[in-house]
Amino acid sequence: MKIKFYIILLYAFFINLPAAAHHDEFNIFLIENSKNIIKSSAKTVDSILRDMQNFDDEIVSRFLELWKSKSLYYIKETKQVVIVNENNETFDALEIDGLTRIGNYSKKKIKKIKPNSGVRAKIDSLLVKYQISNSDINVRRKSLDSLKRNIQPEHLVVLQDAYINESDAELKTAIDRLLKFAIIKYSDSNDKKLEIIESFKGDTAIEIRASLNQLLNSSEVKVGISLPNNRNIARVIVPGFTIKNSNGTSDTTNFFNQDVEISINDAYDKLYADNLVYKKRITPEELKKILEQNITGDTVGGYSISSLDNEQSRIAAYNKLVVNNLAPPFISENKINEEVNKFIFYSIYNETSSEVTNAALNTLASINFRVQIYKYIDLLIDGLSLASIYFLGAIGLAITFGVMRVINMAHGEFIMMGAYTGYVVQQFISNHTLSLLVALPLAFIITFIAGVIMERLVIRHLYRKPLDTLLATFGISIALQQIAKNIFGTQARPLTSPSWLDGSLSLSDDLSISYIRIAIFILSLIFLGLLLFVMNRTRLGLETRAVTQNPVMASNMGINPERINMLTFGFGSGIAGIAGIAIGLFSKVTSELGSEYIVQSFMTVVVGGVGNIWGTLAGASLIGFLQKFIEWFNPSNTLAAQTYMIIFIILFIQFRPKGIVALKGRAADD
Amino acid sequence: MTNSINDLLARHTLIFTIVVVIFSLFITFFSEPYGNGLISTSFVKTLGKTVCLCIIALAMDVVWGYCGILSLGHFAFFGLGGYMIGMWLMYERTAIIVQEAATNELLPLTETELSNAIGNQIFGVVGGYDIPSIWMFADSLSLQLILVIAVPGILAFIFGWLAFRSRVTGVYLSILTQALTLALSLYLFQNDSGLRGNNGLSGLQNIPGIEYLGQEVISIGFFWASCIFLISIFLLFHSLMKSKFGLVITSIRDNETRVRFLGYNVEIFKLFIFVLTAIVSSIAGALYYPQAGIINPAELAPIASIYLAVWVAIGGRGKLYGAIIGAAFVSLFSSWFTGGQAPDIPLGIFTIEWVNWWTVLLGFGFVIITIFSENGIIGFLRNIFVKEK
Repeated sequence: MKIKFYIILLYAFFINLPAAAHHDEFNIFLIENSKNIIKSSAKTVDSILRDMQNFDDEIVSRFLELWKSKSLYYIKETKQVVIVNENNETFDALEIDGLTRIGNYSKKKIKKIKPNSGVRAKIDSLLVKYQISNSDINVRRKSLDSLKRNIQPEHLVVLQDAYINESDAELKTAIDRLLKFAIIKYSDSNDKKLEIIESFKGDTAIEIRASLNQLLNSSEVKVGISLPNNRNIARVIVPGFTIKNSNGTSDTTNFFNQDVEISINDAYDKLYADNLVYKKRITPEELKKILEQNITGDTVGGYSISSLDNEQSRIAAYNKLVVNNLAPPFISENKINEEVNKFIFYSIYNETSSEVTNAALNTLASINFRVQIYKYIDLLIDGLSLASIYFLGAIGLAITFGVMRVINMAHGEFIMMGAYTGYVVQQFISNHTLSLLVALPLAFIITFIAGVIMERLVIRHLYRKPLDTLLATFGISIALQQIAKNIFGTQARPLTSPSWLDGSLSLSDDLSISYIRIAIFILSLIFLGLLLFVMNRTRLGLETRAVTQNPVMASNMGINPERINMLTFGFGSGIAGIAGIAIGLFSKVTSELGSEYIVQSFMTVVVGGVGNIWGTLAGASLIGFLQKFIEWFNPSNTLAAQTYMIIFIILFIQFRPKGIVALKGRAADD
Repeated sequence: MTNSINDLLARHTLIFTIVVVIFSLFITFFSEPYGNGLISTSFVKTLGKTVCLCIIALAMDVVWGYCGILSLGHFAFFGLGGYMIGMWLMYERTAIIVQEAATNELLPLTETELSNAIGNQIFGVVGGYDIPSIWMFADSLSLQLILVIAVPGILAFIFGWLAFRSRVTGVYLSILTQALTLALSLYLFQNDSGLRGNNGLSGLQNIPGIEYLGQEVISIGFFWASCIFLISIFLLFHSLMKSKFGLVITSIRDNETRVRFLGYNVEIFKLFIFVLTAIVSSIAGALYYPQAGIINPAELAPIASIYLAVWVAIGGRGKLYGAIIGAAFVSLFSSWFTGGQAPDIPLGIFTIEWVNWWTVLLGFGFVIITIFSENGIIGFLRNIFVKEK
């Protein structure tokens, strides 16, 4: 027992020995160099940092970190560098290793070491070297992240070493990429830069684009008699006419961008600021002010005040003041144009080599081409997911409206009912996956029953009067909406999706599809399949189709049309309930949830063609894709997109009143 | 036969005119400026607005009850009329305010400065100060009044011509008109629509030039204007519907195909009714919104137009006075119930608060009326009192 203890002690001793020894050596080093550490300058610090690298990595990196973060102190008397523990009025001074206590000092006797920013930058770059070669992969990763944010020319060598020594493959590629960014930013060799820029072609990562754009940074507006010969010109600027592109080139104004880089008046002011013209431009405000200062009685410069209600007479009065030497001369618009046209305005790249900037432009163009393709794919996916939402909202309606010719304005409220069912179930079952599995059939059952009740009590009496059905179901709609408001309040209720539906499938920096969209797309596919199966392969579907085509004949064949109508209506409403859960998952559940979709849903059915599931699919696709396509032109304004889409639909109906997929033959008769 | 119809016509319109005039005089003699002030100015405004709603209900009744077109877009025309008159009201009033503020300046304003100042006042709220080109006539009352008629008229004409030409009927037409309304309200909701986005136009109750009269007098003025317009529209529609033209219109409602086979150009008739009622709705809106004081795109939402159909259906369609009764009855009751004046009903554990439950009652009540009494309240009363077959 006792022997074991000694062995452990001995073991501990030997393990600690080298570190302790290193530490002592480092302490001696500190004492020798204390003067330069306490009062460091960018000049003196280099040699210290160089010598410091002979010591143990861990000790040095710890010291550098303390130094950089201004956590080092020194004892005024002995000039010993220490770290401190703060007590109320005093400091406990410790040696750099943080273990050996030196003594207690009053605050006056100890002073903080404050390296200036130049020194800190140098410390930092050495620190990076230690961190990026640290044995702990997390430290390395972290230091790489901080390097990404703030890369300096001196890091080039550090990164090159780190790249050679790095063992982790993932980290190695990250270092490689950062190294490339550092080279195109700081290297002196154009050949290296060109090689790397070339290698970026086709890679759409956002950081690569950022780095290339940075390479293409250009100066602010410059002006001269002619373009300088020996400079890397980014663009020629025509005041009041050209816009600035993000890659530093210029372009003429277009429909989407009217934001000129410099206006003619600003250009003239620039000329004045650069001493290229000698007369200052008088702005309308200055003109007005000077006129006001020179009012004598009822006149200014011989003009009566009341006549000065337009620009021409104001300028005339002002020119009178100029003649009398009361104001600086006025520069007319023509003169401003004339002067501005004498000069040439331009901007130069910060990068001096035109070879490099051209290569960057070239690569950026190839990357942007690919990004553009990704955006088109993204647009397609957007359209697809919107189409699936419209399809889900409209498919129940397609059954009741399409098959039974019943306009159900309360359809939106069935969607809302389904969404609230999902919300209520979640209050009782906290597991979101399980609650979703319970809520889906429950929503179907509840809205099915609601639909059947509505059919029995209201719709049944109004089969011959479609317009009356529209109004009666509207009455039900507003009543249901208000009831929901009374029960659940006006604030939005969350319907949280299970965690496996959060997040998204990321295909590139520009292209990611959220799982919920995929789920809704799959759900609508399932619905499509289910409906096609029910309508085409089951007894119920057969009877429904028979009743749709000819109710009298169908009842002669032994079908009970009343029962079929009731079931069909219930079925359509039940589907609305499930759609409600799907819609509730990505938007908040409110009592107005349904009414937001009802007009679009009706249009989907009408555009697609009544009485046909494929028609609804076509209608939903047309409307979904069209809306996204219009939004594409003006992404900031979805309201305008909806407006134009509805106008398109109104026009579309003019030319195909029966929708995309029109029924033919007797079934088409109203 | 002809005589009895003429008698009935004369009697109906006469009774109606007398009732409205007596009602107006009654209100005037109890109002604040001309009587003992028993009826407050705000209630006079409510009544004036209700009269405007009765006018648009008349229009709705003609287009739906007589012609069979269930338009779910007439409230959009109503709102457009409000916007058109609102543009003049807002522009002119702002111009007066800006001019007054400018009297403190040393120099008179130039045209650019004036329009910038007005633009900044009106459009500062949507982040702009350029006056959009659709406001080019806003400084002229007469031109803007022409627009009250022209804008909805042209819109209704284009839409109606397209829709009727391709024989869109029944519920399809209803959905299409609803889509039109939605498109219009969504468009107006945008900030760069040039009509102040969702802020709408406000301060419309201050009529430039006659502000010194005070709201009490102005409200009576608008009330009378609304009543006179109601009477004239009632007379117009009444005579129109009793004429041969009206017979064609009702026949189109009952069987469009047969009327077409008889050689009538159904589309022209429908288009005429559609445009006429759109214009009437617009004028009603132009009378309504100066009394309401504010208009915003939410007023044009599709649901407003459906409510309009509900009023007419509750009153009794196909009868002009039915529409008036429905609109007045439902809108006054609505404001009474939702205004919190109606007494709540305690039911032991649960109290029915009408603010929350009125819409439910309205909704279900409406369903019951639709099912059991096709002709609304009028039809219901007839069934009780007139037992003739």
